[in-house]
Amino acid sequence: MTATVSRRNTVLTIGKYAALAFYLGFALFPLYWLLKIAVTPDTLIFSEGTRLVPSAFTFGNFMTVVFQTDFLAYFWNSLIVSFGTAFFTTLIAAGAGYAFSRFSFAGKRLIIAVMLITQMFPLLMIIAPIYKIVAGLGLLNSLTSLIIVYTAFNIPFATFLMQSFFDAIPKDLEEAAMMDGCSRFQALRKVVFPLTLPGLGATLGFVFTAAWSELLFALMLISKNDAMTFPVGLLTFVSKFSVDWGQMMAAGVLALIPSCLFFLFIQRYLVQGLTSGAVKG
Amino acid sequence: MARIEMRNIAKRYGSVEVLRNVDLEIEDGEFIVLVGPSGCGKSTLLRMIAGLEPITSGDLLIGDERMNDVRPRDRDIAMVFQSYALYPHMDVARNMGFSMEIRGEPSDERQSRIASAARTLGLTALTERLPKALSGGQRQRVAMGRAIVRDPRAFLFDEPLSNLDAALRVEMRLEIARLHRRLGTTMVYVTHDQVEALTLADRIVVLNNGEVQQVGGPLDLYERPANKFVAQFIGSPTMNVIAATGAASTVLLNNGATIELPAPGDASAVVEMGVRPEHIDVVSPDDGDMTGRAEVVEHLGSDTNIYIEVEGVGPLMVREHGNIPAKAGDLVGLRVQPQNVHLFARNGTAL
Repeated sequence: MTATVSRRNTVLTIGKYAALAFYLGFALFPLYWLLKIAVTPDTLIFSEGTRLVPSAFTFGNFMTVVFQTDFLAYFWNSLIVSFGTAFFTTLIAAGAGYAFSRFSFAGKRLIIAVMLITQMFPLLMIIAPIYKIVAGLGLLNSLTSLIIVYTAFNIPFATFLMQSFFDAIPKDLEEAAMMDGCSRFQALRKVVFPLTLPGLGATLGFVFTAAWSELLFALMLISKNDAMTFPVGLLTFVSKFSVDWGQMMAAGVLALIPSCLFFLFIQRYLVQGLTSGAVKG
Repeated sequence: MARIEMRNIAKRYGSVEVLRNVDLEIEDGEFIVLVGPSGCGKSTLLRMIAGLEPITSGDLLIGDERMNDVRPRDRDIAMVFQSYALYPHMDVARNMGFSMEIRGEPSDERQSRIASAARTLGLTALTERLPKALSGGQRQRVAMGRAIVRDPRAFLFDEPLSNLDAALRVEMRLEIARLHRRLGTTMVYVTHDQVEALTLADRIVVLNNGEVQQVGGPLDLYERPANKFVAQFIGSPTMNVIAATGAASTVLLNNGATIELPAPGDASAVVEMGVRPEHIDVVSPDDGDMTGRAEVVEHLGSDTNIYIEVEGVGPLMVREHGNIPAKAGDLVGLRVQPQNVHLFARNGTAL
């Protein structure tokens, strides 16, 4: 009996790890390929085709990308846009999420419904009107326009996310704080805010990555080289007659770095944050 | 320390009336228990005293000052929540000292008050722990400590023991009673548990459907309930209430049994008679006021509970002191103690 159970357990464990391994391989393979092409010398890219490990390595692509292209400028622009978007979105979403979670006011259901509706339309549909608006404001080719547009698009989802984090914080805590002598704002700052840090971290992370990898609007609204974000910049490696794969992949690898760093930084909050609503301590 | 007075207080949510005509004077240092079934408005009343719930109409006075529009933070009242509401990111000491921290009181004063409250509640060894590292009983103590440290004018308790297991509940109940005797501060305590109400209260306020049913000392409510609701809510096991008619000083039951009341009076308005399980004596089958068959017998050691079906009257519950040799299926005679009978009119008021 015990033997059967433990054998079944072993089989289950192996199965579980096999599934995990398969998933990891599937998810990480493109990233591996990105890295592989980035370190393969140009001359070998086509001749060695699909070999898993290239026969020679080079960092030449990275050197070229960093020192001979505008990549650093793109990178810097992307950082500004992503941090700006993450900051403003989270700030607004936190305020809105708190209001949705704690107050009842006229039109609350309507606002929530409208926010949901905005999430239903494909972005392609609204590119033209957005372009018109941004052009009318004279903001074409500016990073500000991207920050505004991204912030607008991310606020609904971020608000729902923040609301769920606030919902998970018992109302009793704020009431206890108010009985203890806090004003509502003090209760928010001293009790609710510290408990929402995981939620803020998760929201910042989501919005940052979304803004970091956005291509469509950046492509439409930015045409000047000095205001390009890096996803748009990547396309400059595609010329009329050829694609500079090596450099493009090297740029891609470099572009992964901030995302990875950011997630390393917030992952502790993220895991805690994504599950904290599920179980009440 | 302060007295709390409520004058004709009402609470409405839109068109739903949850409390009405609440008039109550709580003396300085008194322990008042608000008790009633769930949804009776007792927690709402407590939250109105705390300032967490706006008062629709009427006046609330604390220490003879009108408090209706005063913010919770300025009422100088401490509250212990059912969920304890400990701040998860602060250790025990900071939880207890939080109100003093907010008021900007000097740190050494704060530390000494925290230390003294921790000593009182046996929390000294735990002051550096976070709430998540505490057991339910310890969390409950911290919640009380947080209230004590403040030295407020009154304490409010919102079902503080309902998340604890039975043994711990008895222990903490005793602790709250001790605390009240030591501090002598006004306390208002909400519970749905009548045992807590009877054991802790100087006076009990029984609420039902948003209205005060009766205010009185524990024994007043037990011995002289104002109406059928209070009679059945206070006392465990619940009072038996059976249909009856009355004439002069006699009560007539549906099975033809008659009970002579000790004092002559007019019992003509009687429609129901109530008698507590402990006020019916088991006698031999041909003795007593009526006869019935025991359906279930519970031997509790100190007491014996017998559920008896009496033809024409219905099921009756009888509690006998000590261990009596009855068993299910026995035919038993019952004698009602006439001096302990409660009579109710059609609208439920006691006669």
